Amino acid sequence: MSILVNKNTRVVVQGITGKEGSFHATQCKAYGTKVVAGVTPGKAGQEVEGIPVFNTVADAVKKTDCDTSLIFVPPPFCADAILEAADAGVKLIICITEGIPVNDMVKVKRALHGRDVRLIGPNCPGVITVDEAKIGIMPGFIHKRGVVGVVSRSGTLTYEAVHQLSTLGLGETTCVGIGGDPVNGTGFVDVLPLFEKDPETQAVVMIGEIGGDAEEKAAEYIQKHVKKPVISFIAGITAPPGRRMGHAGAIISGGKGTATEKMKALEAAGVRVVKNPAEIGHAVKAALGR
Amino acid sequence: MNVHEFQAKQLFAKFGVPVPRGKEITSPEEATAWANELNTSVFVVKAQIHAGGRGKAGGVKITKDKGAVAGLAKELIGKTLITHQTGPKGRKVHRLLLEEGANIAKELYLSILVDRDTGWPTFIASTEGGMEIEEVAEKTPEKIIKEAIDPAVGFQGHNGRNVAFALGLQAMEAAVINPFVQMLGNLYRLFMEKHAALVEINPLIITKEKTLVALDGKVSFDDNGIFKHEDVQKMRDLNEEDPLEIEATANNLNYVKLDGNIGCMVNGAGLAMATMDVIKLAGSEPANFLDVGGGATKETVAAGFRILLKDPNVKGIFINIFGGIVRCERIAHGVIEAAKEVKITVPLVVRLQGTNADEGRKLLAASGLTLEVADDLWEAAQKIVKLTGKAA
Repeated sequence: MSILVNKNTRVVVQGITGKEGSFHATQCKAYGTKVVAGVTPGKAGQEVEGIPVFNTVADAVKKTDCDTSLIFVPPPFCADAILEAADAGVKLIICITEGIPVNDMVKVKRALHGRDVRLIGPNCPGVITVDEAKIGIMPGFIHKRGVVGVVSRSGTLTYEAVHQLSTLGLGETTCVGIGGDPVNGTGFVDVLPLFEKDPETQAVVMIGEIGGDAEEKAAEYIQKHVKKPVISFIAGITAPPGRRMGHAGAIISGGKGTATEKMKALEAAGVRVVKNPAEIGHAVKAALGR
Repeated sequence: MNVHEFQAKQLFAKFGVPVPRGKEITSPEEATAWANELNTSVFVVKAQIHAGGRGKAGGVKITKDKGAVAGLAKELIGKTLITHQTGPKGRKVHRLLLEEGANIAKELYLSILVDRDTGWPTFIASTEGGMEIEEVAEKTPEKIIKEAIDPAVGFQGHNGRNVAFALGLQAMEAAVINPFVQMLGNLYRLFMEKHAALVEINPLIITKEKTLVALDGKVSFDDNGIFKHEDVQKMRDLNEEDPLEIEATANNLNYVKLDGNIGCMVNGAGLAMATMDVIKLAGSEPANFLDVGGGATKETVAAGFRILLKDPNVKGIFINIFGGIVRCERIAHGVIEAAKEVKITVPLVVRLQGTNADEGRKLLAASGLTLEVADDLWEAAQKIVKLTGKAA
């Protein structure tokens, strides 16, 4: 088992003829993901590494039965692309694009509310279920099938954690990058129940960072509903207030959203919080009694 | 991106939010000319820097004497203001706002931003105008009024009325209720249309003449939305930004200057923050945040080195790259090439992990460069801290 995506997931790549889109569509396909379609308006009939290109997501759904979209469309057109995927009936939308204006995402989030569709991202590395489907930009080879679910606001920091888990022989089930933007589609609290229910996942690594209160909300949820061990690292204990640390969402504003506050909330909820990111893997190992 | 108060007020005026008559001034001569034109009983001269707390730092002067305005302008231009938001070095004043004074009957607080929890634009209002809103929220949370606006339909009259009545405007001054509701609608429009991240009026005043005036104004813009607005791009004031940060932006690097001694260069924002944290755990302090992004090349690495080495506080450099799509041997080449162009005068530790890490480490070891190579994050952090003279 796994969560969100598996070997049967049928993927359409929006923005497939762009530099990023074509490169990563090819990489995902090489990993074994069923990449069945691509979309670039005006380029129907072309192929990218044997993947047929359509003008619209609706056409792609009709012809290929794709159920998940992976988006590489540039920021000015990305809100439109997400809504197009939702309107075409795609059930899972994974948006990699970084730099979408927040107020665009405000409208997108509102428009998706109450509909039978899940958005992951934007500004995220994507989702991978190890050895089944890689739907994103993460390097597939660092992953190893195992027992740990990973959910994270960061990209390369997630690779760091995954690398530790794989090296220690623990391995991962599914890794979900929820992205570094202040308004996103899926939060920690949406992913945690999926891992809690997944029989193969024995522990969860949750990687947070400064800004917002997603980690505090997660702490509340974990305390009430999660029985599996959760191990967490929060990046940015040295970050100064009022400065945006790369990610649009990584900013301490009005004294809120500090790493210390988040760590405190998580610890109070029984989460094992590691202060040193180099110790994530070992902490999971200890939590699982291995 | 932040803008000056006078720029915020220009935007307010454009969107129908009432502001005092005022103008940007850069010399005593301009001050005199505008003071003559203003022809009011009270003149307010306000230093324009991107930081709060200007009043307490002596950056705001008030006079009834038209003849004194030029002198006040002369005093403020070129002065360095130190406020709780500028840091100990303070910020030099290059421009002023000269505007008419107002007869304050009551001060309120009003702002709009996106509530990250709901994803909805939300007004925050309080009767405690002129105070630090964080302090009000901390000490008297019951005095904070919140009104979320449904982005599907936008601002509605009832949203404005909810805030107006919750503030007690009826008892305070009923004549301003309708203008207040209208003003909130205008602020919402400004916020959404211009891709603002925050619009704040503190204080928003009710005058003795029963009108509303935005006596102060702060607007910051979403960096991701600025590309849509040429007028906003023109408001950028490079005087208010760190020169190294300007250079970094020009090279597509994400750099934030900090106060420590260890310069770091990392791919990815989360890992960059984690690297800073590890440096602290190992007993030192990071000199900066620097994310070279997913496509790090020889050029970006070289630009990163140049920026790090321009910071006189930097006593050592820690490069931490987790190769994903970026291959480590290419980063190693980049470091070697960049080191030829930029003379590296401080100890250097390079930690490579991920795609082709072994190959990269071998290249570095054989390069003849004076550097230490590491494969583990913690080991690398301890190394650089030790090399810069502090033990963990």
